[in-house]
Amino acid sequence: MKKKCAERIGFALLSSAAVLVILFLGIILWDIIGNGLGVISWPFLTQSPREGMTEGGIFPAILGTFLVSLITVVFAVPLGMGAAIYLNEYALAGRMTRLTRLAIRNLSGVPSIVYGLFGVVLFVQMMKFGTSVLSAGLTLALLTLPLTITASEEALKTVPKSYREGALALGATQWYAIRTNVLPYAVPGMLTGVILGLARAAGETAPILFTGAAFFLPHLPKSLFDQFMALPYHLYILATQHHDIAKVRPIAYGTALVLLGLILLLSTSAIYFRYRYRQRMRS
Amino acid sequence: MNSSIMSGEKIKMSTRELSFFYGKTPALKNISMEFCEKCVTALIGPSGCGKTTFLRCLNRMNDTIEGIRVEGEILLDHENIYDPEVDPVQVRRRVGMVFQKSNPFPKTIFENVAYGMRISGGYTKAQIAERVEESLKGAALWNEVSDRLNDSALALSGGQQQRLCIARALAVEPEVILMDEPASALDPIATQKIEELIQELKKNYTIIIVTHNMQQAARVSDYTGFFYLGELIEVDRTEKIFTNPGKKRTEDYVTGRFG
Repeated sequence: MKKKCAERIGFALLSSAAVLVILFLGIILWDIIGNGLGVISWPFLTQSPREGMTEGGIFPAILGTFLVSLITVVFAVPLGMGAAIYLNEYALAGRMTRLTRLAIRNLSGVPSIVYGLFGVVLFVQMMKFGTSVLSAGLTLALLTLPLTITASEEALKTVPKSYREGALALGATQWYAIRTNVLPYAVPGMLTGVILGLARAAGETAPILFTGAAFFLPHLPKSLFDQFMALPYHLYILATQHHDIAKVRPIAYGTALVLLGLILLLSTSAIYFRYRYRQRMRS
Repeated sequence: MNSSIMSGEKIKMSTRELSFFYGKTPALKNISMEFCEKCVTALIGPSGCGKTTFLRCLNRMNDTIEGIRVEGEILLDHENIYDPEVDPVQVRRRVGMVFQKSNPFPKTIFENVAYGMRISGGYTKAQIAERVEESLKGAALWNEVSDRLNDSALALSGGQQQRLCIARALAVEPEVILMDEPASALDPIATQKIEELIQELKKNYTIIIVTHNMQQAARVSDYTGFFYLGELIEVDRTEKIFTNPGKKRTEDYVTGRFG
């Protein structure tokens, strides 16, 4: 009898924990969609902010986030995939490899504000890129690297060893075997990791705060060395830094919804990629 | 000792005092063995005796494993394949391999067989198509797949997949073919086909086959080597190994007293 009672309590606690998780997400979505949806309109998505950001749209912030994400992908993909291929296919188990893996694991635990400060020192000052799209994109690329590398390695590990050995036994060099008989089957999985990393980067504020994001700009960025507006930073300003917070609240909600939608789009496309990839590996 | 059993036959490949270590653990001890050209040599012995490790030394497939060490020599046409000057990639083009578990690539049947030719490049489309057909015929698979070369190789049955892997190895035009228990995962009919194929292939290739199945060794091979705990206990003509072995341990194994 006592056992049964404990069983019931345990079940109730555990299931309510699970339900709470859904509930929290539900509340957040309800709040943002409920307050933001009314603001979303074609002009809101395509126009610049006006009248001290109390009127107009958020197009510069959308464009800025898009441009920065592009830079992030351009740098994080080759670097992340390259490192993953090296670690999984070439590196011998030894002190150096262990150290590299340890470094990657630790990098994923570094707070994003620290990446931001690091970006200032390395890209803005030392490399003299200034506060710019390029500096911010590179900083975000660094931030996503651990995720990209880890996910890429996992994808490489799912390719059976027999594909590599089979190719080598036919006189392929290691690189040829990897290129023709490993990568084609690992790339969709690697892309999934890249997209998830990007989804995280696109929502970050701290790393771009000092490296390139601007409070407000009257014009769109013309080159990689220009400053830019970004969705998460714009949201932060509207929610906490604006002189008339109550008045811009709806715009803030609209911005949050656009950002959320963007990240959701990235995540679902990653899940779709992974699904397609698993189907293909099974057949 | 070995030269006495091969009367007048040309030696294609041989090992000289070959020892092999995983880290500090010796897996093969001082193995000297010869393989005559266009013969089938079977390697038998209980699990863990080193026969697969030995086989994988013969095309330097073990190079991909970390922390291994090889001592001694393996001669292919009198050239030591472990000489630092020798490129293991070139060795593997001359010494092909068929694995225990058939490992077709997730490509079409045609592309599986053409894979080896695409590595070296320099063939015309017609040459590749011709060689693919020849190889599939050589592996006794052509009649079964000629009308669906563009289907996925993974759709083939287990026995067909293994013959496809043999065709893939043939397409590189190797001189020696290593087979690591090629029929161990197949049903009796598929096994019989592989065994018939081996008899056919030996007209053109030197074949070295690891097998757990002693009847198979007796059926397909001209010479048999018995491995035990990393040592080559005995090698001789197959009928002698199975009827009148020279060593007590060999006799115990082939008569099923241990294994």
